[in-house]
Order: sequence, then structure tokens, then C-alpha cells
Amino acid sequence: MPALSEPERSAGPVEEPALSGPERSAGPVEGTLRLAHLYPKLMNIYGDRGNIMCFERRCRGRDIAFELTELSLGDAFDPAAYDLVFVGGAQDAEQRRVADDLRDVKGEALREYVEGDGVMLAVCGGYQLMGAHYRSADGAQLPGVGLLDLWTEHPGPNARRFIGNVVIEWEGETLVGFENHGGRTHLGPRARPLGSVVTGFGNNGGDGGEGAVYRNLYGTYLHGSLLPKNPHFADHLIALALAKRNGDVRLAPLDDMVEEQAHSEALHLATRRSIIRRGG
Amino acid sequence: MRLTAAIIAARATAALSRGLRRGGGTALPGLVAERVDPGLERTLAARLGQGSALVTGTNGKTTTARLVRGICREAGLRPVANREGSNMMRGVAAALAESASWDGRFRAPGKRVGLFEVDEATMPLVARAVEPRAVLFTNLFRDQLDRYGEVETVATLWRTALRSFPAEVTLVLNADDPAVASLSDVALGRVVLYGVDDETQAGGPLEHAADARWCYACGAELEYTVVFYGHLGHWRCPGCRRARPTPDVAVSSLMTADDGMSVTLTTPTGEVTVRLPLAGLYNAYNAAAAAALAVALGIETGAIERGLAGATAAFGRQERLTVDGRAVQVILAKNPAGVNQVIRTITADGAPKHLAVFLNDDIADGRDISWIWDVDFELLSGNVASLVVSGRRAWDMALRLKYAGLGERPDVEHDAALALRRAIDATPEGGTLYVVPTYTAMLDARNILGRWAGRGAFWEGDG
Repeated sequence: MPALSEPERSAGPVEEPALSGPERSAGPVEGTLRLAHLYPKLMNIYGDRGNIMCFERRCRGRDIAFELTELSLGDAFDPAAYDLVFVGGAQDAEQRRVADDLRDVKGEALREYVEGDGVMLAVCGGYQLMGAHYRSADGAQLPGVGLLDLWTEHPGPNARRFIGNVVIEWEGETLVGFENHGGRTHLGPRARPLGSVVTGFGNNGGDGGEGAVYRNLYGTYLHGSLLPKNPHFADHLIALALAKRNGDVRLAPLDDMVEEQAHSEALHLATRRSIIRRGG
Repeated sequence: MRLTAAIIAARATAALSRGLRRGGGTALPGLVAERVDPGLERTLAARLGQGSALVTGTNGKTTTARLVRGICREAGLRPVANREGSNMMRGVAAALAESASWDGRFRAPGKRVGLFEVDEATMPLVARAVEPRAVLFTNLFRDQLDRYGEVETVATLWRTALRSFPAEVTLVLNADDPAVASLSDVALGRVVLYGVDDETQAGGPLEHAADARWCYACGAELEYTVVFYGHLGHWRCPGCRRARPTPDVAVSSLMTADDGMSVTLTTPTGEVTVRLPLAGLYNAYNAAAAAALAVALGIETGAIERGLAGATAAFGRQERLTVDGRAVQVILAKNPAGVNQVIRTITADGAPKHLAVFLNDDIADGRDISWIWDVDFELLSGNVASLVVSGRRAWDMALRLKYAGLGERPDVEHDAALALRRAIDATPEGGTLYVVPTYTAMLDARNILGRWAGRGAFWEGDG
């Protein structure tokens, strides 16, 4: 699978945080990170809780206060009330209910948040819903919220499902995780891939891209959970999220020995050729 | 002719594979038999005088099937059962081929009953082949999403299969699992329900592993007056007014005892109180499930009582061994709901425990290990005296346990034998070591421990 060329990866617009105030503090921050977890009961299929636990742990370890708000169906989203938004993956039936709520209740406020450079991470099903539409295996069309310039189509019930360990290259580093999706995601010109596939399938198994980025909205198929064993990516999102109200931030280092071991173990297992494939 | 050839081939393969000490020799004989005679299951199953019963569901299949086998023996029947872990079609084929004589006949055919533990996704296929009298559904939890797909996929598969079942098939359903109890909506025949009535066993709010929070019929969020574990409890739907049906066989009281528990079951034919050498509410469910299936098969209360009382732990399910003066208990870890129950059971007495946790990511374990983030390992915090982490994904598990507050510097050892040695050494003489492995790690651990404990090879553990 060809990796994306360097210029392509960095072609998308990455804008400076719009609201950086005059008093930028360069030292370690003591602020508050206000996280909104969208649809925690409906969209929580692949250990997504680990991502929330990771945000919390990596804030508290640095004396950054952490406030978690869970927003479900029918709850309004206030774009000014959060520094970070997370949405996970779901089963098909639940995804349909969430799609309706995104369209009717939260969509416009989320658009305002994202266009105002609000930081957001959408994983798996949540990632698909950020696009224009999702066409399921039976051909039914599920409209997305359209915050990311992409669409996802399932080629049909007999198509190969993309399942397995995955490694992508992101900003010169690696992200490790597990992917499990039938839909093929295609990016339009206003979104750039999050990274290039080192091993695994990525967005569509064809163009070597994985995930999508638009402003500070990040979408990806990687779960595992994603963030605990990719602490550099977690910190990137936390720093971005804090920067909006605190100016540029430098996060104090944490003891990541176990995190790094888990990362390199996953990297090793995903990139070596799997010889042992015995069944149950 | 073909049938005889298939039986001979299966037996020869079984003998050979046991001689070579390969993996218990459970799958291969069935595979060979099926290859020689693809209609073998149907032909042989039709010759079982008492018919067959299937046990399916996410958790509890092996233990429940084992309990039912004991009950059937007490009722004077001669069960034909597949070996644990071989719950696909080939496992059923192997069981039938190995129990039949060369000409495809059974000795004492009138007393023969097929008891088959079957994989959730394979159930429709096996049901078509063996035409069971009864099918027991234990529960439906999130399990190996990379293999089975979503929980709703399995539920839909079951509902579709049930619509084509003949009306003579009795369904045995867990009343406390809304996803399973709702199967009665599509049942054409008789339904026997089981559940837990003893509300003192309530486990608190819905766990993170809870799946069936939503009514399958109308989509409303279910309400619970009691949650036992996972999404099992006394539920009702505020939308369409579906509610937990009243069970025919119920756990009316459960008392923890040394090395097990005392369970009182209410059945249509009377009350039964038994002491089981198994601990944990999930095993009370297994006992109720086994009794309910026995009721469905028309077995009398006395045999149910004797069968349950004579139970022993299934292979790798709270099985106890003694190694170097330490008690070693191996408890299989399969999915969030199961592991949460294991943790609750282990930590019930509040004393710090010695643990060895193994995480593999082979196909039989589930290649996607993200499920460990849905387990409430936080319950172990403050309850661990020593901990060794092993398995192919040991560092992922170590990271999850670090998040659960079990330490920033975990003892990680990838080699299973070294890890077990270290865990045993960390356990004081006379103490108990709990080994919690995923499936393929369990096979390894069980082999190593069996050797150290001076027990026979593992396929002899499941009689």
C-alpha cells in the first residue's frame, strides 16, 4: 500500500487558534479542561471509555482540572461551554438514532464549534457520522452532519470487512490501534487524512490514507482504545484544547513507561507478518 | 457405508491427535468426519432416542452444558456431548461420531440424549442439522466484536432462525436478559423461562459493559428495578410496556459458602436447594439455566437436585489445582461482562488477592483487545496482594491495570511458564493464586499448571 507523499499530508489548512489572547503563558498550565462526551451510552462500542479515561488521567496528572459533561439524545450542545468534544463508535441501530439527533438537535451548534476551531475527536462510527453520508450494506443512506468533507459507503454484505491491527504515520510519529469497519471512507478536498497507513486498511483500503482532519476536528477508525497507548496524540489534543483559553501551553511530562511499552508492543505485533493464524 | 467410513476416520483422527497430544484433539475428528460424510450429524442425531438440546449464548455455555449433562445422567440418560471449546458444527459432528459404534448405531439408543454447547453464530446451522427438542439461550453480551459483529447482529440472527423453528421446539430463555427474553416474541412453541428473584444479589447501577440498554422493539431506554450484572436484571420498557417475564425456574435465594455457594431454585415441580462448588452469581444463573433446560426435557426434580449437587468445575472455569502448596484457580476471561463477574467473585471477601492476568489476541481470544477498557478493573484496586501480567498483549493489559490504579511499574513477563512461576512464588504457601487468562492463554496456562500439579493432559479435565 503506497504511503501518501509528504506534501499531500501537510496540504490541508491548519490555522492558528483564532482566539489566542494577549497573555500567552508559556509554562505548565493549571487550567480546566472541559470535555463533552457525546452519546456516551449509545456510542461506546469499542472500549471508547478508555479515551475519556485517558483525557482525564493526563489532565489530573498535571493538576489540570477536568470537567466531564455527558450529552445524550435531546441535550443541546453549547459551543462555548467545552474545550474538547469526543464521540465514539456504535452499532448500526444506535448510529441511526444519533444521526437524527445530530441533524435535529446538535448539528448547527457543533458546526459553530468546529468552525471556531473547537477541538474534537470522532472515532469509528462517530467519525463516519461527521461526514456527508453513510451508505450501509443494504444501500440505505444515513445522512451525516457534514462537518468533515467525506462520505462513507459500504460496498455490500459480501464485501470484505476491514478488521485488524493498524499502524499509521502521523506527523512523523506512529499511531497504533485496531480497526473494524465495513464502510469505505472517501475524503473530499476540504479534509486531509490524519495519517498514512503503515499497516492495515485505513479509510478505504485503497488510497493509503487513514482518518481525516479539518481545522481541529479529528476523525479516525483507530480504536484499541486509541488514546491510552498513543499518549503523544492524546497530549496533542489536550494542548490544542487548552490553548484556546490559555494561549500556547506546554504540558509537563508524565511517567509513560507502560504507555510506551504498550505502543511498541502493538507496533511490533502489527508490523510483523502474522505467521500464527490458528483458529478456535 | 459412507457413515461408517466417516466414523472410522473421526475415531482414528481423535486417537492419533490425542497420541500426539495436540490441543485436546477436539476439532479435527469432526472436520474429518464431516468431510467424509457431510450429512453425518443429521443421520446420527436422528438416532438419539431422547433427541437433542442445544445450549447457546455469550457466557455460561460450557458450565451450563456440563451441569445439564450431570442432571441427565442422574435421570438415567446417556448424554452425547461435545467437548468444551469445540462448539462449532465440527465439534457436534465429532461428539456424535465418537459416541456411535462403527455402524452408526448407539448403544442404549432409547436413553441417548444429545447435549450440545454451540457457538452463537453457528446455532442456526446446528439446529437445522440436529433438529433439537429444546434450545437454551443463556445471555447476549458484547463479545469479540471482530468475530461476531455487533450484539444486535447476533440477536437478529437468532430471531430469524427462531421464526423457522418447528413448534415442537421448546425455548429456554433467560428472563433477566432483555435481549434473550424478547426472543419469546418470535417463539412458535413452548417457552421455559429462568431468572434470579433474590434481589439481595443486586450489583448496583448498570456496568460499563451493559449492552441491551435499549428495547429492541421500540428503541426506548429500558428501566431497571434491580440490576444483577451487565444488563441482567428486573427490567421494563417504558415505551412499549414489555417487561421481564416471570421465570418458571428462579433463584429464590443464594448464599455464599466456602469454596462455592448454596442455591435455592424454585421450579414448577418443587423447590431444590443445592450446594455448588462454583462461586459467583453468574454460576447461579448457570444452575438455574441447567435446571430450566432439564424441566424442558421433562426431567424430575430429584435428578435436577442430584445432578447439580454432584457438579464439578468445568475446564478452566474456577477449576482448582494445587501447585507447590498453593491453590491455583484458573478462571477464563472472555468478555467485559464475564470478567466483571470474575472480579466481583474474586474480591467478594475483601481480602487482597494474588493474581496472574493473561491477555492474548489470537482469533479464539478475540483479536480486538479494546474490550479490556470496558471491564471495571477498578474494582480490583486495593484488593491485590501481588500481580503478574502476561500474554501476547501483556503491555496493553498492564496499561489498563495501571489506569485501574494497580501500579505504575507492573510485573510483566511474556513467557507463560516464567510468569506462572513468578506468580506462584509471590503467593504464600497455603494461599490461593487466581489465574485469569483469555482463551488461548488458558490452554497454555492449564497445560503448564497441569504438569506442575501432576495432573494428566488437559483433555482429560473435562469428562
